[in-house]
Amino acid sequence: MSDATTEAAGTGRPPSRRALLGWGGAGLALGAAAAGGTVAVVKSGGSDAVPAADTGAAVPFHGEHQAGIATAVQDRLHFASFDVTTKDRAELVQLLKDWTVAAAAMTEGKTVGEGAYGGLAEAPPDDTGEALGLKPCRLTLTFGVGPSLFAKDRFGLDGKRPEALVDIEQFPGDNLEPARSGGDLCVQACADDPQVAVHAIRNLARIGMGKVAIRWSQLGFGKTSSTTPDAQTPRNMMGFKDGTRNVSGTDTKALDDHVWVGAKDGSDWMTGGSYLVARRIRMHIETWDRTSLQEQEDVFGRDKGEGAPVGKAKERDEPFLKAMKPTAHVRLAHPDSNDGARILRRGYSFTDGTDGLGRLDAGLFFLAYQRDVRKGFLPVQRALARHDALNEYIQHVGSAIFAVPPGVRDKDDWWGRGLFG
Amino acid sequence: MRPVRTSVVTAAAAVAALTAVTGCADKSDAKAGGADGSVQVTATDSSCKLSKTEFPAGHVKFDIENKGSKVTEVYLLFPDDRIVAERENIGPGLKQQLTAEVKAGSYEVACKPGMKGDGIRQKVTVTGGTAAKRNPQLDTAVAEYRKYAQEQADETLPKVKVFTDAVRAGDVEAAKKAFAPSRLGWERTEPVAESFGDIDPKTDTREDGLEKGQKWTGWHRLEKSLWVDGKIGDDEKNLATELDKDLTDWQKRVGTAEITPTSMANGAKELLDEVATGKITGEEDRYSHTDLSDFKGNVEGAQKAYELLKPVASKNDAALTTELDKQFAALDTLLDKYRTDKTSYDFTSYDKVGEGDRKQLSDTVNALAEPLSKLAAAVAK
Repeated sequence: MSDATTEAAGTGRPPSRRALLGWGGAGLALGAAAAGGTVAVVKSGGSDAVPAADTGAAVPFHGEHQAGIATAVQDRLHFASFDVTTKDRAELVQLLKDWTVAAAAMTEGKTVGEGAYGGLAEAPPDDTGEALGLKPCRLTLTFGVGPSLFAKDRFGLDGKRPEALVDIEQFPGDNLEPARSGGDLCVQACADDPQVAVHAIRNLARIGMGKVAIRWSQLGFGKTSSTTPDAQTPRNMMGFKDGTRNVSGTDTKALDDHVWVGAKDGSDWMTGGSYLVARRIRMHIETWDRTSLQEQEDVFGRDKGEGAPVGKAKERDEPFLKAMKPTAHVRLAHPDSNDGARILRRGYSFTDGTDGLGRLDAGLFFLAYQRDVRKGFLPVQRALARHDALNEYIQHVGSAIFAVPPGVRDKDDWWGRGLFG
Repeated sequence: MRPVRTSVVTAAAAVAALTAVTGCADKSDAKAGGADGSVQVTATDSSCKLSKTEFPAGHVKFDIENKGSKVTEVYLLFPDDRIVAERENIGPGLKQQLTAEVKAGSYEVACKPGMKGDGIRQKVTVTGGTAAKRNPQLDTAVAEYRKYAQEQADETLPKVKVFTDAVRAGDVEAAKKAFAPSRLGWERTEPVAESFGDIDPKTDTREDGLEKGQKWTGWHRLEKSLWVDGKIGDDEKNLATELDKDLTDWQKRVGTAEITPTSMANGAKELLDEVATGKITGEEDRYSHTDLSDFKGNVEGAQKAYELLKPVASKNDAALTTELDKQFAALDTLLDKYRTDKTSYDFTSYDKVGEGDRKQLSDTVNALAEPLSKLAAAVAK
């Protein structure tokens, strides 16, 4: 087997990142934030899954905060990280403006440029066309900038790098691939139809050719956390409910306290923004599947059926942490174990087929938004990396951090204006 | 130099509007005066005189007389120099005929004493019906491009012969060395060669591109023998001779290729597509790993077509040509990193080019190919 680590509840070995992952942990509570003004479709009727009535709707692109953070989590993801290849600041700025126009159009269900057909016969159409006839499907496009963009001698931004935009440390057990990590820019595309999300990234990448190049991208197919607490909590690829205690998208106070960057947090251009950590967490699916039910539940600290914390009856009952094993995922990730740290998780399951050994290449593409990574992801992950029992079954293979600026206010505003303006 | 083109232009086949027909001298009892409507062409060593320069569309017959001292040839050409019909090897004092079906429009008749150069030109007008509108600037671009394609073919044949001679001599090392250079001119003008349909499958097919029952011939078949098997047998020697023959066919047909400003622009983009799908992955020259030499050839050919179209394109879309200038330069600079000096076509073996570098090449090709896909529209405007 190829499992890397063994040592069960051990103490430390390969860390995993579960915590953040949404499992049901009490830990990270996720909640969705309702964005300050953003969310359009906040919820739908109770059942979590896709708010059926709203699946085709459009989420407003403009607002105080970027959509795609506090927005009720959509079903599908295409996340892309870009390297900036141009050295010309003006050219990069023009691209960001062009991107903003295209993004706004696509979130309304429109095509980019002159459309997908009907133009000059000699020229390729501006829009690639695969989203024709599809509704907006709650598409959100969320833009961020990575630490490498602020490097000296690049775009004159070195004085503008927020302190909170740290270089993420190497945690014990990390096995990060450079080709799945980092990036100067990111765009998170979420939608209820995968074709809509893929179309958005594809067209932005095309518009960007010559100025930026895709560094890596990840598709996600099942949300693992919801930001709508009364909806049913989704399950992750390990079969456990994931994200029971997320920050709610409508809990304005929790969002202001834990997700949105405040005016006094330093770096004015980030006020109203958030910091995003993305981690590609591969699960050792085959070994997990042959793990006994008891161990599975011990690892998480919740039962598999209901999702209730150890010793409790219901998923949302307040966990009694001491009843759990010291290495239980939920216990380690809980805010009470981390000085109250909370993050808004918005991750997705992924399955990129199988690897060369016939193993499912699957896991969690962890996405977490927070006001300050140093008080959110980092302390929680340090604890998890060291002690989490789940580490035996997972491995972090990709990592990135981005500063996600505040919302695009209106049609004259553009992605990154506060930074470059 | 352009070798003598023998005989009749083969199949003007695909030629859109018209069909060229060459007539034999004895075909008609041509009354020498042109009473039947034929055009008298009097060729000397320094002149090319026509009895009339305007005639109606349809079947046209030229009665040619060589009054000079040199062997000559006579062409009927479109304004972009595509051949409508030609008659070669007309010796001093001889008479020949040339016939063609022509539609209304402007043409040129060229006499080429000594059978070389651009010839002595006469503009002619075919009347009746509606003549397609032409842009002289674009006709010049196409004519220049055709000349380039012909030069590439003419220069390639001797290089191919170096390669095939080495194969026939059983000299594996010499053949390996001559392989990549023998492909350059072809790679530069590949869309022209591919437009003939039947040549490319014989000369440039890769093993994975074979159809069931298709015999594998051409460069890549020999490439595999040289690099994988390391030996040359009778089969290979025969294939080398076949390659000479197929490429001679290509060389002869370049003049008949239907080339338009739009097809030039799209051909440039297709050359970059070739790079993006075949060279970046190392599939094209998978045994010899000489992909970067082909890569360079493709880019040079694309750039040539672009430069010729640029005067028109820059008027219609100045931002586009500014971007293309920049991206061609960026790709050239990047490719230069893989050769020892800027005139050498001896590039780094592609199996020594790492993943990160391949991605950089890929990104740089995309950066050029994306705006290049808009060139046709800028020319067609």
